[in-house]
Amino acid sequence: MLSSYLPIGIFLGIAVLIVPLTMALGWLFRPRRYDAVKLEPYECGVEMHEAPAGKISVHFYLVAVVFLVFDVETIFLLPWAVAFDKLGFFGFVEVLVFLALLLAAYGYAWFKGALRWEE
Amino acid sequence: MDWNSPFMLTVGLPLLKIVILLGVVAFCVAYTVWLERRLLGFFQSRVGPNRVGPAGLIQPIADGLKLILKEDIIPTNARPFLFRIAPIFAVVPAFAGFAIVAFAPPAGPRASFLISDANIGILYLLAITSLGVFGIVLGGWASGSKYPLFGSLRSASQMLSYEVPLTFSVLSVILMAGSFRLDDIIQAQGKLPFLVPLILAFGVYVISAVAETNRAPFDLPEAESELVGGFHTEYSGMRFAFYFLAEYANVVLVCCVATSLFLGGYKIPFLPYETLLAAHPWTVSLIGLAVFAVKAVAFLYFYIWIRATFPRYRYDQLLKIGWKVLLPISLLNLLLVAGIKLAMLR
Repeated sequence: MLSSYLPIGIFLGIAVLIVPLTMALGWLFRPRRYDAVKLEPYECGVEMHEAPAGKISVHFYLVAVVFLVFDVETIFLLPWAVAFDKLGFFGFVEVLVFLALLLAAYGYAWFKGALRWEE
Repeated sequence: MDWNSPFMLTVGLPLLKIVILLGVVAFCVAYTVWLERRLLGFFQSRVGPNRVGPAGLIQPIADGLKLILKEDIIPTNARPFLFRIAPIFAVVPAFAGFAIVAFAPPAGPRASFLISDANIGILYLLAITSLGVFGIVLGGWASGSKYPLFGSLRSASQMLSYEVPLTFSVLSVILMAGSFRLDDIIQAQGKLPFLVPLILAFGVYVISAVAETNRAPFDLPEAESELVGGFHTEYSGMRFAFYFLAEYANVVLVCCVATSLFLGGYKIPFLPYETLLAAHPWTVSLIGLAVFAVKAVAFLYFYIWIRATFPRYRYDQLLKIGWKVLLPISLLNLLLVAGIKLAMLR
């Protein structure tokens, strides 16, 4: 059973090595002629007068929070979908109740404007 | 070499298959780029790359060579360590997803065309592909520059928004097949590909997948007209190429997964694979592989076609489509499928 995960582990190990190995190969050939202007952060040719601050629009946080709710919901739905035949009618009703609770939260988020971006 | 020793069976054989698979995937990714550029040229009444080799076929190799020989620039304002390792976080999930794709029916107990027959297949796939967002966020943040930061923020919230409908559409497939294993899902489509009963889920899946892979019309994270290059503005040379590679590897992965989940994978409807497989294992396996490839390339063509057809959405439209259109549709579809299946069970 566990042996089917070993190839995945090997695969991940090799995949991690792709980037460093290619970069090392490129290191042998690539030029290194740096100067101060070349290493400047890109700002359409203008000198950068302030670094990007840590301030992020609150909308991004709202999206992340709503996502979290649905992501957790998905975790509960996955086993239900696989075992649907065994759970039958009872499982279906249980999921309906579960989804009704979540839809209330979804409706609340929608009503409160968490999913609106315009303002 | 003793191919029957336990070590060779558990490590050697998978290792060989992984190396072959990685080579094939890298080849497919390179020629996906070529196909896309040629097709876009065709759609837009121009030629596309046609100078390097016949019909531009050597173009991807020339591009790769050029990029590997480019200077590696790390801007002064960047966080050097994170800037260096961020592409790894983009590349690994894009490639790792291929580990559970069943490309063809097995020709024998040791000659299967998949790396790992893990019974949580599709769950692993959903988990690992959603990690791709870390590479983008990390790269954008570590650049220490405005455009990459904005690009990566947009990307993060876009990928989060579309992951929910994507998962729900995959859930209805799991519900139909009753298993996470990709091979079981393909077997369940022996008579009818899920495309027909789950047409709604397929639509949601395609739209969400386009958004998840950050491609037009949902390429807001790298909207050239407003964010220069988006999250990879500061990246150059091979590191930039790795982001590009990850994006196209994800596209190829989406094609393979869509083929397995909705188009019936390596199966042709009503063809009795099992009996044929017992008689001529290798022939049938290779035919299955060819069928899979044809379906995947057809889907890829459709994917590029989408890019050539639709104009880019505005950011508020993008979130609206994700949360207020696709999410209710996919949820309703899931309940509908569950209800119908329940009615059929009783």
